[in-house]
Amino acid sequence: MPYPELMIKPMREELTSLGFLELRTREDVDVFMAQKEGSALLVINSVCGCAAGQARPGVRMALSGEVRPDRLATVFAGQEVEAAKAVRGYFADVPPSSPSFALFNNGELVYFVPRHRIEGRAAEDVAQDLAGAFRRELAPAAS
Amino acid sequence: MGTFHQGKSELHGITVVVETEDGDVYVGRCDDMDEQRIILLDADMHRDGEDGCTTRQYLSRAEQVGVWKKFDRLALPRLPGTKVRRLGELGA
Repeated sequence: MPYPELMIKPMREELTSLGFLELRTREDVDVFMAQKEGSALLVINSVCGCAAGQARPGVRMALSGEVRPDRLATVFAGQEVEAAKAVRGYFADVPPSSPSFALFNNGELVYFVPRHRIEGRAAEDVAQDLAGAFRRELAPAAS
Repeated sequence: MGTFHQGKSELHGITVVVETEDGDVYVGRCDDMDEQRIILLDADMHRDGEDGCTTRQYLSRAEQVGVWKKFDRLALPRLPGTKVRRLGELGA
């Protein structure tokens, strides 16, 4: 059951204030995913403080590095149910997980961080992993 | 900013691996745990060799991407010999 919008608004804004495009419908997802060229980070946002409370600051820190994805989008699991389902259809062999991060390069999923690799960790550690993936997976294409 | 849950075990909300003495493995999000039992949410269970997959292979895959849940909620007895570890720390 979705949480009250008033409660999750700040959690949305933690990402939209960084330039993340919110995908609220299946159509939003399909339009975003239709663009294959370049790189994209998709954050599956969630309410749970056990992981999401560190995930969002971790993303913010990771994006302050020199290498970052071309496009940013987010979907809120448990809130936009159809949109989240549509997103998961683009990496259907990966079990559902929220919060989680999916990094695409030229339309291909190149890195995925499931919830259990965020839980209980400091935001700085989450950021380090993600920034490392940006450098590893995206830097060669950028040079 | 996030949600917080009082009165639960320190592993509440954390994805754990529960290994029983007879070799069965459960992976799920810990809801609560005490000396008698462990309650897992969105859990999967694996037995060595199931689906042509050893327990090591199963855990390796689980560590990479997580698990497909078979059970919404499981209450497991915490018998002697039962080990509980964080899935995120398996490779540490």
